[in-house]
Amino acid sequence: MLESIVHVCLAGLSTGMFIWLVASGLTLIFGVLGVLNFAHGSFYMLGAYFCYTLLSLMGDNFWLGLLLGPICVCVVGFAVERYFLRYVYHLALPYQLLLTFAFVLLFDDLVKMIWGAGSIGSPTVPGLSGSIPILGRHFPVYSLFIIGVGPLVAIGMWALLEKTWWGRIIRAASSDREMASAIGVRVPTLFTAVFMFGAWLGAMGGGLAVPYVGLLTPGMGESIIIEAFVVAVIGGLGSLKGAFLGALIIGLLSAFGTRFIPTFDMFLTFILMAAVLLWRPQGLFGEAA
Amino acid sequence: MKRFWIYVSIALILAGLVAIGFFGGRFVVYLSMRVLILSIFALGYNLLLGRTGLLSFGHAAFYAGGAYGLGLFSIHVATNPLLGIIAGVALACMMALIIGFFCVRHTEIYFAMLTLAFGMMVFSLIWNLRDVTGGDDGLVGIVRAPISLGIATIPISKATHYYFFVLFCFLLTVALVYRIRRSPFGLVLAGVRENDRRVEFAGLSVRNYRLAAFVISGSFAGLAGTLGALLESNTNPFSAHWSHSAEPILVSLIGGIQTFAGPIVGSALFIVLREVIERFTQNWMLWFGLILLAIIMGLRGGVVGGLAQLFRSEKCPAPPSGGAR
Repeated sequence: MLESIVHVCLAGLSTGMFIWLVASGLTLIFGVLGVLNFAHGSFYMLGAYFCYTLLSLMGDNFWLGLLLGPICVCVVGFAVERYFLRYVYHLALPYQLLLTFAFVLLFDDLVKMIWGAGSIGSPTVPGLSGSIPILGRHFPVYSLFIIGVGPLVAIGMWALLEKTWWGRIIRAASSDREMASAIGVRVPTLFTAVFMFGAWLGAMGGGLAVPYVGLLTPGMGESIIIEAFVVAVIGGLGSLKGAFLGALIIGLLSAFGTRFIPTFDMFLTFILMAAVLLWRPQGLFGEAA
Repeated sequence: MKRFWIYVSIALILAGLVAIGFFGGRFVVYLSMRVLILSIFALGYNLLLGRTGLLSFGHAAFYAGGAYGLGLFSIHVATNPLLGIIAGVALACMMALIIGFFCVRHTEIYFAMLTLAFGMMVFSLIWNLRDVTGGDDGLVGIVRAPISLGIATIPISKATHYYFFVLFCFLLTVALVYRIRRSPFGLVLAGVRENDRRVEFAGLSVRNYRLAAFVISGSFAGLAGTLGALLESNTNPFSAHWSHSAEPILVSLIGGIQTFAGPIVGSALFIVLREVIERFTQNWMLWFGLILLAIIMGLRGGVVGGLAQLFRSEKCPAPPSGGAR
């Protein structure tokens, strides 16, 4: 019984950290730009496909693919923000959401055109494949690796936002756009940069997903984006700390749900999301506005 | 003079719709029914989006509520479609009342996320309660039994007969939505969109008006769902998925969310364009994404709004955004 619970916890942790990798970029973009980005799932998908292609081009070097793939997606993110999103910040919510939704449709079909509509099996990472025994049962090494990467990304983002000059400017622009531009911050450029960084984070999630999910499919972004929404909402929209803890909760909840009440596993996730929105719209860990 | 041309064009469109029923081929009739059903869905939806300024990502749940309500009723209770439709719409209405009660506590992004959460709850129930809903198979074998009205029975099993029934429901929806928009109630909804605080100061409960708009639009979604289930003679669990909620939003946007005819024109364009594009390429989503981009970047009044502006002699720009304050 104990080893079963430990394994469910580990599975939950790895799922949670994996969702966190995707939700971090979504949350950052919402926190600074105020746009809920449906296309973030597409960045995730593009990241996975770019990484896959690059790593197979360069002799199956996973790390090189992971380095270069997200940079390509960064360029895509630049185009989306600079030439489209920038012109709808002043519009009502439906227009902003649907603009990013239009990119979901576009990227889904582009991926189908370039890589085909079928799913692609992904390679394993040398050194991180296989599984090791934990308390008498086998657990995939790569999932342990993801459990390690999640907190590293969290620490990195915390350091970037709290300890650097860049982070101070980002925080200034997100708390008061007008005041920041009055003291000389080039807010539009900053927004583009933050959007690109968010896209890079989403693509990193996708790249790391290549060996984790095992299969690349053109619709892979759409399922993860809803999970990332749930996590971002539970943690409080725009709060990175909240998103990290929210991802842990959702990961563990879905792992235990799948194990013990598989029928209501998805239901539980969404009832938690609705409950948080109703009673603590600022998120479980956010401060009241 | 202008009014005269409006009447003429309405009469022509009506004649065309009737002519499709009499002379249209099987495929044209089927496609027209899908346009009409999507129009019912979008017309009701746009009462919420265009009129009240609320963006819901959960209306697919009410569509599915209608479809599964009718399906379960016709399988377990009686096959009379009219009773089935009443059961389906009643179920959708109840669901909208319960879900709406919670959702209207928020607006903007929080409202959108709440409706998404509730909609996905309904989807997960339909997906997982296999014994009741058939899980991923959906409910199959829904028959289009004749409508018995006591004094007369109307057969709808043939596609053309069913077409006229769908057309009747569509015209009923158009009339109802038109009346609602023109009524004092509809004007208050527009007031809620433009400035909810003023509506509050006028002594009206903004929350109740939002809830009423939510329930009405949910009921029309349910009606569309029942008709869709009868058309396909099965139900699809993905009709409750959030991506299906995007459909009425998209067609309203294409047609123009601030116009009455927008959702109808948008539905026709959406379904016909999809068929045409799929004839030539596999990639209709790509083209659709491009159309959507063009509308958001350049033609925010939608197709109907753009045409209206073109024909208007004095230039009077349409409000660029719904729900903006």
